[in-house]
Amino acid sequence: MIGVGKMKQYSNILDKPLTKGKQEVSLSAFAFLFSELVQYNQTQVDNIGELERRLEDAGYAVGARVLELLCHREKGNRRETRLLGILSFVHSTVWKVLFGKVADSLEKGTEHEDEYMISEKELLVNKFISIPKDMGTFNCGAFVAGIVRGVLDSAGFPAVVTAHFVPMEGQQRPRMTILIKFAEEVLRREARLG
Amino acid sequence: MAAIYSLYIINKSGGLIYYKDYGSAGRMDTNDTLRVASLWHSMHAISQQLSPVSGCAGIELLQADTFDLHCFQSLTGTKFFVVSEPGTQQMESLLKFVYELYTDYVLKNPFYEMEMPIRCELFDINLTQAVQKDRVALLAR
Repeated sequence: MIGVGKMKQYSNILDKPLTKGKQEVSLSAFAFLFSELVQYNQTQVDNIGELERRLEDAGYAVGARVLELLCHREKGNRRETRLLGILSFVHSTVWKVLFGKVADSLEKGTEHEDEYMISEKELLVNKFISIPKDMGTFNCGAFVAGIVRGVLDSAGFPAVVTAHFVPMEGQQRPRMTILIKFAEEVLRREARLG
Repeated sequence: MAAIYSLYIINKSGGLIYYKDYGSAGRMDTNDTLRVASLWHSMHAISQQLSPVSGCAGIELLQADTFDLHCFQSLTGTKFFVVSEPGTQQMESLLKFVYELYTDYVLKNPFYEMEMPIRCELFDINLTQAVQKDRVALLAR
């Protein structure tokens, strides 16, 4: 007799279909978890440069996985091959899924051909964090820079991604900018594709 | 015109972790503020013992000729108190709001050590905004 209204039991978690998941996560829970991530890494390093690198590496792992998940969920298994395509994917889709909104702006760098910038008034991860004066230019946005680098690297666009504070006149808090500098081969490939 | 003179935050062992004064009326030098903080911490504890009714949570309001002192103690033992002009309204809700700001901008900051003096930019900025808003609302009445 054919089972009526009975859900198929999956013996292996890998066989279960990927659900959309819960759309909302507690901001406070995430803030505490991220704060603990930063504190843990602080105990393991001697200087600020290494702390930034560790946060970036943590973000890299997230980025690589997020790309796989989003390609399956959002884009119907289509692959981005053009530079602008992958950039707008990061700027809209990735940001929407991770932070609940699209990034504020995507700009092309004026000085160099290979530089692009994603700007945000206030990164979600930095929302509750005040950097002490003696830490200088350290930025917890290095985590987000790592995520972007992970996404770009796994998509086949190797790049160097860094997070910067850009002071703005008339505003107390500086803007956040993620600076993406693509590798040589990406630009060559892009030029070949026309 | 109702106004706030100063705001203190004390950790659970009685040490002062945050002090802000608004206007020259309530201003004190650092040593005096530390003394007031530990004094208040002890008085608060003694009042809990002195109370003839069991289950007393400590002093909430102290009224004097020239000032009012409103105190709010969180469940964790951190005390927020504000010295204000006599007859200032809605200090309790201000204190609860400061508590919320504390949990947001101080406790979620990875660079803040528990029970240490608060040196968080975002906390200062938001606190100033909250007090300003309060002041404007009070003046409007």
